[in-house]
Formats: sequence, structure tokens, C-alpha cells
Amino acid sequence: MALTGLDIFKLTPKKNCKDCGFPTCLAFSMKVASGGSEIEKCPHMSPEALEKLSEATAPPMKALKFGKGDNEYTIGGETVLFRHEKTFVNRNRFAVMFTDQLSEEAIQSKLDNIKKVNYVRIGETMKVEIAAIKYVSDKEKYFNLIKKVKESGISIAYMLICEDVDVLKEALELVKDEKPIVYGATKDNYEAMVSLVKDQKLPLGLKADGLEELYNLVEKVQGLDYKELVLGTEASSVKETFKNAVQIRRTALKEQDRKFGYPSVVFANELANNDSNMEIAIASLFVVKYGSIIVLEDIDYAKALSLFSLRQNVFTDPQRPMRVEPDIYPINGADENSPVLVTVDFALTYFIVAGEIERSKVPVWVAIPDAGGYSVLTAWAAGKFGAGSISKFIKESGIAEKTKSRKLILPGLVAVLKGELEDELPEWEIIIGTEEAMHIPKFLKQLNNTVEANA
Amino acid sequence: MPFKMSVQDFKGKINEVEIGKGEKAIKIGGQKATALYHFDNDAGNAPKIGIEITDIYPEEWIASLKELYKDVANDPAAWAKFVEEKLEPDFICLRFEGSDPNGLDKSPEECAEVAKAVVEAISIPLVIAGTQNHDKDAKIFEKITAAVDGHNCLFLAATEENYKTVGASAGLAYKHKVGAESSVDINLAKQLNVLLDQLGVKNEDITMHIGCSAVGYGFEYLISTVDRIRLAALGQNDKTLQMPIITPVSFETWTVKESIAEEEDAPEWGSREERAISIEISTATSIIAVGADAVIVRHPKSLETLKNLTSQLA
Repeated sequence: MALTGLDIFKLTPKKNCKDCGFPTCLAFSMKVASGGSEIEKCPHMSPEALEKLSEATAPPMKALKFGKGDNEYTIGGETVLFRHEKTFVNRNRFAVMFTDQLSEEAIQSKLDNIKKVNYVRIGETMKVEIAAIKYVSDKEKYFNLIKKVKESGISIAYMLICEDVDVLKEALELVKDEKPIVYGATKDNYEAMVSLVKDQKLPLGLKADGLEELYNLVEKVQGLDYKELVLGTEASSVKETFKNAVQIRRTALKEQDRKFGYPSVVFANELANNDSNMEIAIASLFVVKYGSIIVLEDIDYAKALSLFSLRQNVFTDPQRPMRVEPDIYPINGADENSPVLVTVDFALTYFIVAGEIERSKVPVWVAIPDAGGYSVLTAWAAGKFGAGSISKFIKESGIAEKTKSRKLILPGLVAVLKGELEDELPEWEIIIGTEEAMHIPKFLKQLNNTVEANA
Repeated sequence: MPFKMSVQDFKGKINEVEIGKGEKAIKIGGQKATALYHFDNDAGNAPKIGIEITDIYPEEWIASLKELYKDVANDPAAWAKFVEEKLEPDFICLRFEGSDPNGLDKSPEECAEVAKAVVEAISIPLVIAGTQNHDKDAKIFEKITAAVDGHNCLFLAATEENYKTVGASAGLAYKHKVGAESSVDINLAKQLNVLLDQLGVKNEDITMHIGCSAVGYGFEYLISTVDRIRLAALGQNDKTLQMPIITPVSFETWTVKESIAEEEDAPEWGSREERAISIEISTATSIIAVGADAVIVRHPKSLETLKNLTSQLA
């Protein structure tokens, strides 16, 4: 439960020494209670008081780290149910499932697909982050599978799915340095599982039949003083799994009950029953509604392009729009004869404009100056997209060397900048473009025809 | 302490709106909980999935769809009938591409004839969408509403620019349903509903189309807008936002790069058709997950998957 400033004040040394940077202990305590400062800022707290406080002031949902190096990820740590309230902070991570029942070819094909689907979208790497490796029945094959994934050279974190403690113990030897997630603690094996992962503080996945049993299981594991947990949402139907995911999140955040204050795992692959379109639908559902790890059967571009894009959207700051890097971008194979089209760095605008230019098939250089990440009119009104900044960008970007064309197309909405730009960039012909992106293809084709007719 | 379900009780309720007539009429909305939250309260009617067709031959559509519709795509009524029989969607959305002033600029009379033929060829509900040119839409809707009198169609969409004409002809004169179209903003959505109300269109005859985008393209605004609309409608019992939401997903998903890039231009991306289906399914599922009561898709595989999903979630 949240502590008040006075609760915290009682635990401070009450010396008003100002070592924390605040004038009095009370002022400091109030600040801590409101989340504005951390209790560790006070150097005079007793260890007991610190422990009590960090427990009480910890966020209701635990943020959990797994993986190592470039493949270290944080999940959980969410503070709200709806993203307009506050950003969803730790994006869900996608896993691809491997089992000891797969043929060598099937394993290799999944590994190849993971390697292949790895790209950058608006400055962010889009890839499968987790290899979910499940033990079904063949121990030797299972160990070989783990080795094979490891030796494949893919850059990935691991989730070992196994309820057999002896098998798991051996399996862990193979990837213990990778800080894997271990999934498979049940009401029957949880004590042995906890003792297996406790030393290295590996995230432990709990699975149970239904929310009630899961809740009891968490209670038992917490009773062993282990709190590095992820919660399985597993159920036989999509409907039940959906309920589980929502209830776990809501119990933690709305009811402030830390027994469900952990990230979740959703096996979209199992619910989809080998229907890959269904898998896309189910995975999308849980990107929006609270899956922390979403397990897929396999990956390909068709799946990734939608799922990764959706995730990128959902986990953005509602108060800060997505931006593209200011730069000059060639589209449709722009070359030394292609005109230059200016627009803003608001990601949505860029994508729509770029898409329409692609549709036109006319080669164009797209120039994106720093416009504060706003749309055309907003950036213009905010003084971030004016003749000064555009002409400066055109001069400094080196675009004049990349193309001999001196046609500069301006968004129709800021036609008013034309005169000023002509003064600033006398060697360029300033052309007013369309007001709506959807009219770009027609506009560019006409422009192209005129250029060719004159040539 | 045993686990106790966390339940959210709301005062408000989303209106139930009926589209179409007879046995195949559909009802959307009616929930007292946020989308799909059966564990909270009555989750209302399951989301409905419709298929898009156009009044003219769909030149821009992918080859496999043109192949599927090759015998019917030149005749909207035959096309609609084919879709109803072969694909079994909950409803059909007829889009009047052909009256776009930048295109064929067909007359309102021609459009009315097409709409009449289509609505009479099918027994499932018909949703009618325009050209996205608001002036022209007002003109064609005026004629179409009369031509499909008695069929209880839904007209997408009345905007701030043309709501008077569309609202008066669809909502008042011929008792159809009016789709209020705003662009991804709770206040704009609310304002348009209020304007339609002042015009005399009953709240129960209004559905909202609050905008759409494909996943990856500012879709976060859409999610948050729907979340906020639903929380205001249910939590604050705001009557001006209690209209069900219909989202024409296919209008957006087939124009984004992922769906239109040809295989020779993006060889690593693989099948264009699969990409487009994936974007369509992902977008539709996500918007349903936050609160769309009906979505419109283009590909039969999208329809099949979404129907399967929503029946599993019902």
C-alpha cells in the first residue's frame, strides 16, 4: 500500500541535515511519497527502514530483467491500464517456440526466419527477442536443441519451458550465463524450481489452472521469499486467456495487489492452432491488452510487419509524437535528376507522404528538416517549420550535390512560405505541392510529364 | 486470502443500433463494459465483420481478389450477392469510388440506381460509403437514401462539412442510420454527435466512425481515442458518446507501404497478399480490442479469421 509523507517521516532520522537536498526531513518525506524523490537520497536511513520503505514505495507491477548484453530486456513495470493516462513503458517481447519434437529441418527453418526478420523501423530494431525452448519428452534432443539455438549465432534471449526439474537443471547448465527465463513452476514442483533459480535470480514463470490457482501459487512462491516472477496466462480458450491477462494487470494496478504484480506470458501459438492468420489476430489482441511475452510459432515478414508496427505504436509516449530522423531520403530510386520534396519529421506524416510517393513510382528526394516532430501545420504554427529552417536544411544537407534538379516541392498547406523561400534559395524553383497526401501521385506524375516534355 | 476478480462497474451503456431488416439484420453496441470484458458486465453484441465492395471495377485491388471477383466485379449487385453467398459476412459495405469528382464523377442518379440494385440483391445489411469528398457525398447520399428507402442502411459518413444534408436525408427523411465521421479526436466526435442531435437525428440512429489508420501509422492515437470515448460513455455516462463505433479498416490498410509494395521491390518481405492480410487482421483485431463494434475488411481471409476470433471471444 502507498505510504503517506507522514508515514515516511516517522522513519527518517528527523535531523533536518539537508544531506538529501531538501530543507527538512518532512519536506523530503512528502516528496518521496509523491514519487518526486527516492528514499535512497537520505544517507542516514537505517537498513530496516530502507527495506520497509522500498517495499512500500515499489511500483505495483514489478519490472523484470532477463537476458544478457545486447539481448537484455525489461518487461513489466507498467503503471496504468490505458495508454492515454501514462506511457506503457516496457514493450512486450516476441518469442518463437522451439520444441524437442521438431525435425532438424524445422528447427533450422525457424532459426533462419529469426535471422532474416531483423530490420529497423523509425530508428528501432524489429526482431524476435526470445527463443522459447520447450521440453516435451526427449531429454537428449532437448539439450541438443538448446545447443543448436545457441550455436546458430542468432542474437537472442532464452526462455526454457520445462516442468521437469532434473531436465531443467541440466538444461540450465547450457545457458546459465544468458540469464534465461525459466518457465514451468507449478503447484507440484515450485519448491524445487525456486531453489534451482534462486542463486542466479532468474525470472521464474508460474503456470496454473485458472486465476485462483495461479494466485495461490504466487502466494506460495512469495512465501519462499522469491519475487522474480512472470505469470502464465495459459488457458484452453482465447476468451479465458484474455480474461487472465486483463485480470492479472488489473489486480496489480487497480487493486494494488502485488500477488499479481508481475509481467505475463501469452502462448499465442497454442491458441492459434497452427493457423497463422489467427496467430496474428491473437498476438495483436495481447499486444494491446497486456501480454508481456508473446510466444509465436514462427516468424516471417508478413507477421512481423504488422505485429512489430503495432507494438511500436502502442508503446509510445502519448504526449510525444513519433519522429523520423531528419535527413534526405531517396524514394523510388531517386537520382541526380530527381526533384526534392520537403515535409516534416512527424513520423505519421512522413509515412503517409512516403507511401503516396511510392505509389506514384516517381523518383523523388524527400527532405526532412527538424520540425520538432509535429505535423505540417502544427510545426509551422509553432515556428519549427519556416522558410529559415527549411532553407538552412537544404543548404546544409548536401542535397544540392545529390541532384541536378533545382525543383523544391513544398507542402500545399504552407504555400505562404513560397516567397520567402525564393529569397532564401534563389537557385531553387519553389513549387507548391498538394494539401493532402492522397493527391501526391497525380501531382508528381504531372510534374514528371512536364519535366519530360521540356527535356 | 483467496483471489477475488477485479470488476469494473459502469453507470453508462452503449446504445444498441440495428442495421438492415429482416432475419439478417444486425445489432451492434449494447454493452455495459469495455470491449470484450465479459467478466465485468454485459459485453453487448459481438463485433460484426463486413466486407468491402465498390461500385466500379476495383482496378487497384490485388490480382487474387480481382480473380476471385472476376465474374461479378463489373456488376455491383452480382458482386454483393456473390459476397453474401460465398463469404457470409455480417454485412456488406458498398463504396462509391465511381462518383469521385477526381475520377469518373458518376451522377447521384447513377449511384442511386446501383445502391438500389445492390440492396435488393442481398438479404444482409448494407453499409454505404462515399468518395471521401464531402460535398459529393452529400449529393449522392441525398439520392441514395431515397432509393434504398425501407432497407435501414447505414451511411458512412456524415462529417462536420456535410452532416446537415446527410443527417437530414439518411437520419430524418428515410430513417436510415447515420455514421458520424470525425478524425481521431474525442472532442470532434462528441461535437458531431451533438450537432446531429440538434438536427433532430436520434442518438439511437447514430454510429460513430471516429477515424482509422493502419497499425504502424499513428495507430496509437486511435487506440487512445477509442479508450477515452468508451471510458467517458460508460464511466461518466456521457450520452453524447454512447454510440457504437464502426471502423472501415480496409480503407486504410490497403494503402500503406506494407500492403502495396510489390514483391519485386521488396523481395525479402515475401507475398504481398499475405502482408496485406496481416496488416488488415492486426489492425481490425486491435481496434476491436479497444472498442470497435463493427469493422470493414477487404480480404476473405481477414473476414474468416476475424469471425473466428470474435466468436471465440463472445
